[in-house]
Amino acid sequence: MPVYYYIFLSATLFTIGVIGVLVRRSAIIVFMCIELMLNAANLLLVAFSKMHSQAIGATHPTAATDAQIFVFFSMVVAAAEVSVGLAIIVLMYRNVHSVDVNFLNRLKN
Amino acid sequence: MFGGVFIKNKAMCKYLAILGLLIVILVNCMELYSGESLFAIDTNNMLSFNSFNLVFITVAMVCTLIFFLLSGSDIEKVGANVSEYFALIFFVLCGVCLAATFNTLLILFIGIEIISIPLYILTGSDKRNLKSNEAALKYFLMGAFSTGIMLMGIAFLYGGNPEGSFYISSLNAGQGKMPVMIAIGLVFMLIAMSFKVSAVPFHFWTPDVYDGAPAVFTSFMATIVKIGGFIAFIRLFENSFGSVQPQWQLLIAIITAATLFIGNLTAVFQQSVKRMLAYSSIAQAGFMLLSIFALNEAAKEGLILYAAAYSLATIGLFAILIKMEDYTIEGFNGLGKKQPVLAVTATVFLLSLTGIPLTAGFQSKFYMLMAAVRDGHHQWLVIFAVLCAAISAYYYFKIIQAMFFKEVSLNTTSNNLLLASAETTSTFRGLLIFIAILIIVLGLFPWLLTDWLHYQ
Repeated sequence: MPVYYYIFLSATLFTIGVIGVLVRRSAIIVFMCIELMLNAANLLLVAFSKMHSQAIGATHPTAATDAQIFVFFSMVVAAAEVSVGLAIIVLMYRNVHSVDVNFLNRLKN
Repeated sequence: MFGGVFIKNKAMCKYLAILGLLIVILVNCMELYSGESLFAIDTNNMLSFNSFNLVFITVAMVCTLIFFLLSGSDIEKVGANVSEYFALIFFVLCGVCLAATFNTLLILFIGIEIISIPLYILTGSDKRNLKSNEAALKYFLMGAFSTGIMLMGIAFLYGGNPEGSFYISSLNAGQGKMPVMIAIGLVFMLIAMSFKVSAVPFHFWTPDVYDGAPAVFTSFMATIVKIGGFIAFIRLFENSFGSVQPQWQLLIAIITAATLFIGNLTAVFQQSVKRMLAYSSIAQAGFMLLSIFALNEAAKEGLILYAAAYSLATIGLFAILIKMEDYTIEGFNGLGKKQPVLAVTATVFLLSLTGIPLTAGFQSKFYMLMAAVRDGHHQWLVIFAVLCAAISAYYYFKIIQAMFFKEVSLNTTSNNLLLASAETTSTFRGLLIFIAILIIVLGLFPWLLTDWLHYQ
């Protein structure tokens, strides 16, 4: 399959994520959309790694594996972010009994 | 630090942290001085240690040391888990070091994340305070969003790179037009880095987060973390997109102008000093963006100098602010009479932030403008920056005026001043004077710092 299919797929996922972050109001769903963005990028990385290995794999043997290792790193980072983020959301819920991001506007005044 | 498990005494944590930091600074200076490192670790060329990076790391560490010395006792007041706060600050510092020395996009990504994730926790560390919670959640959502954008940018850069590697030097292919995927990646990276350094279209989280976080951590966030973001920014753009500079220079120029304008203009209308400092940090970020705009030798010297001048002044100001109970400008009324040392040092810091001659702030702004002039393109930006610096004088001088020329209105602020006088020790005052002297010395002899760049 040409790499363009993957680019379109991950661009679509990424756009869904961005739109979700911008319009949804529940902090948890916003957070899920962010994860979607991260995973879209991961998918793209793996697709590109396959593309590079077909194109220049013979001369640059590390070209393909680099991105796949990168994906592992980004998954670990995402996991760390989830643990911190959910803790913050729980903290917020304990204080205001809601995870609505519209509550955040209170800080402005 | 993990020492906190064994040490029950809170003050002990602070001293342990200061000691650890001193050792690290010493080792760092040794490497800068002799060019030989204590441990030679093979990083597979993923990290680069040249004099620019090392000088910057030293500046960041010295600023952290001063931050610990000045505000260490205030960190103890935030909550019960003192040793964890120090540990998180050290994690952030580690991230700053990675962000300053990265050679591949992988290390850049990890460094930026190591900076961000502990900061979300520090922002929300005042657990009972609703404002702190809100700030943490907002910071977290915005930060994670920009991480997603950055990861997408990295993916596109990797895809567009014909060599298929993450080394930033291999992106720097040469003149000519950029491939489409590199261009998309560049825009994504620009957006993500602008989020991290709070440049204008992406600055909206900054005032709320700086206002909501406990003031000690705001001081840390506004200084060391911000200059860490800038060093990553300039290294990324210099090493990977330096050869195609004309194609993105206008974009940076517009961002810079908008940052300077909005930061300065909104700071004028703020009543709370803490919030005003948040906006002024956006405005100062605009000046630091000039270095990324110009991207030459003077810009690098200027960025180092700016990082030092801005961090020292802001840390000092925040340390004074923490001692106040009332964060509004009225809270500073009559400080000149009650606490002359605090007032005079605060005046030096404010003058330095404004960029009055004889202070480090003036020299650093001068270097930045010189870099932009030498670059030769988009000269309107230089004039615009000078005008914005003039606007900034208004709100900085408002505080000076409040301190020296306004009487205390007894019913509201007398309590506040009593509190302030009770809490400042002589070491605290001595340190403030030391920072003020440091700022003036850097203002008179900036080459004391910039010469280190050419040492090796």
